[in-house]
Amino acid sequence: MSDAAISAPMPRVFERSWAQRMTDRNMLGFWFMLPAAAFLILFLVYPLGLGIWLSFTDARIGRGGVFVGLENYEWILGDSKFQLAVFNTLFYTFVASVLKFAIGLYLAILLNNHLPFKAFIRAIILVPFIVPTVLSAIAFWWIFDPQFSVLSWGLRKWGLISGNIDFLGDPWNARLSVIFANVWRGVPFIAITLLAGLQTVSPSLYEAATLDGASKWQMFRHVTYPILTPIIAVVMTFSVLFTFTDFQLIKVLTNGGPAGTTELMATMSYNTAILGGRIGEGAAISTAMIPFLLGAIMISWFGLQRRKWQQGSDNND
Amino acid sequence: MASVTIRDVRKAFGAVEIIHGVSIDIADGEFVILVGPSGCGKSTLLRMIAGLENITSGEIAIGDRVVNNVPPKERDIAMVFQNYALYPHMTVAENMAFSMKLRGADKAEMAARVEKAAKILGLTHLLDRYPRQLSGGQRQRVAMGRAIVRDPQVFLFDEPLSNLDAKLRVQMRTEIKELHQRLKTTTVYVTHDQIEAMTMADKIVVMHDGIVEQMGAPLDLYDRPDNLFVAGFIGSPAMNFVKGHIDGQGFAAEGGFTLPVGSAPAASAGRPVVYGLRPEHIRIDAQGIPAEVIVVEPTGSETQVVLRTGGQEMIAVFRERLSARPGETIPIVPTLANAHLFDAETGRRLNA
Ligand SMILES: Nc1ncnc2c1ncn2[C@@H]1O[C@H](COP(=O)(O)OP(=O)(O)OP(=O)(O)O)[C@@H](O)[C@H]1O
Ligand SMILES: [Mg+2]
Repeated sequence: MSDAAISAPMPRVFERSWAQRMTDRNMLGFWFMLPAAAFLILFLVYPLGLGIWLSFTDARIGRGGVFVGLENYEWILGDSKFQLAVFNTLFYTFVASVLKFAIGLYLAILLNNHLPFKAFIRAIILVPFIVPTVLSAIAFWWIFDPQFSVLSWGLRKWGLISGNIDFLGDPWNARLSVIFANVWRGVPFIAITLLAGLQTVSPSLYEAATLDGASKWQMFRHVTYPILTPIIAVVMTFSVLFTFTDFQLIKVLTNGGPAGTTELMATMSYNTAILGGRIGEGAAISTAMIPFLLGAIMISWFGLQRRKWQQGSDNND
Repeated sequence: MASVTIRDVRKAFGAVEIIHGVSIDIADGEFVILVGPSGCGKSTLLRMIAGLENITSGEIAIGDRVVNNVPPKERDIAMVFQNYALYPHMTVAENMAFSMKLRGADKAEMAARVEKAAKILGLTHLLDRYPRQLSGGQRQRVAMGRAIVRDPQVFLFDEPLSNLDAKLRVQMRTEIKELHQRLKTTTVYVTHDQIEAMTMADKIVVMHDGIVEQMGAPLDLYDRPDNLFVAGFIGSPAMNFVKGHIDGQGFAAEGGFTLPVGSAPAASAGRPVVYGLRPEHIRIDAQGIPAEVIVVEPTGSETQVVLRTGGQEMIAVFRERLSARPGETIPIVPTLANAHLFDAETGRRLNA
């Protein structure tokens, strides 16, 4: 009796129809994911995989290469130009990110106060972000021009300098000039995002802190900054990734010059692979960026993990 | 601890004056409640005491010191906000210790004071939690704890119970009152709930549109309201108002019936007068005025009845159980000693 009761439904399991299989939760989930997965594979995984594969070949333009193992990497690691590019990229990313963060935070705090013409100033601040990068790069190219630089002209008129400054011709001048341009372009994104974060901080927290006896600085240090850290982590991750992979500004302003002192890994990869035709080496340079980027993402991932104080319900906040 | 003196204080936001000359004396250790309808300027007045709003004119003194130009942190006051304003990224203990940490107090003293305050408020087991992990009532207690550790001259509360449910509100009311009896710190407490005001205050200040309508002990306000506004605001269910005029030794109501008056003020004869009568001051008496029963609401301990007589509706509350049904008529009389007469135009109280 009981045997029959257990065995009776068994055959039905094997008779599951195609229609049933189509409506199974897991199968259905798979079908729904398929288009997105196909897109990702086609446009993300395939190019990335191809890039990494090429870095292990001696491919050149017009000639598919053969597998050469780590030869490309051995070569670039020993190449002083590559070492310089790594240094330049780290220097560029670090200095520009720190400056962008400091200026962006300062602007955000300024804009969070009651200012006259607030809406107008906010709109103005976004301008560098809206202008296409190449366009602003060309504008900076003029600003930094050895002969027609408006900066040199202005400083000369004020009597602060006697001759034009060679912004892009001198190694350190060039490095600082491209960083300046990058900061100019990157600050709005950070300022506006942090401003959005600042506006979520309840004003009564500042009032409570005032009554608790906090000075302006203490209020920033103990209230604003800790509450803002999750947003800072997100925005700075993006900023670091964008800066590390920057290409357009450098390409237009200096194209890596003078003598490779502003060459970044991204521009060097392009110049080697596309202009120099050595696709394998170029791909290896690109691939060498991946560990750095992963490192940056890991750091922010740990910073981004929901802090304990963010957990729990939101009611009565 | 200290007294608080508010002298002819005015507050204007731009051209709009919100508070029109308020004077209140708060004695050392007193529990004063500012009560009034929404938008009458209670919070604004409290924030001026705290120093979060500047004072347009007049003077506020804490103790002997006029604080008009003293920054908030030097006023030695602690405030509990309506939304509690707990720092979300600090634990309960850190929230409470924050003011001491800013002052640079030593760790042992900080821990001791937090411990003590937590014990008073029953927060000891919650000290390591973050505000988000607390219930509304617990957050409310943390906000009070943050005030208590400061051991300030004056406590300021801005509607601290309005986010809580009815039951918790009653419980916290008792707790706050007990706390005050224990600490005896001068307290200014804002609410728009007149029951809170009646049950907790040593002194109630009734505000309306930026002025003080009346201040005094809760029962004084209840027994002898100075004007129509206070009469209608204090007490629940609200006082009944009957329109009419003084006629000889009685009150001739608009509906054509007459109510007895204890001592009719002479000058008011013939003028429009409002007769105020609290629901619990209506009795059933065979000689009374006939009134139609509209609704009967028994609450168990008492019976609330909506009556209509001469076209005017009244609410009566009887301690005894009532067998009357809607549509029936019952005879009612006011208890004479508790009848209030107000001038219908100025709203001023007329009888002694
Ligand atoms: N910053 C401000 N600018 C202009 N008007 C204000 C400002 N703050 C308050 N008011 C006005 O002042 C009046 C009193 O406000 P207040 O907050 O003191 O009322 P309240 O008595 O606390 O009311 P509630 O019970 O609703 O909290 C209101 O009419 C309000 O609109
Ligand atoms: Mg208020």
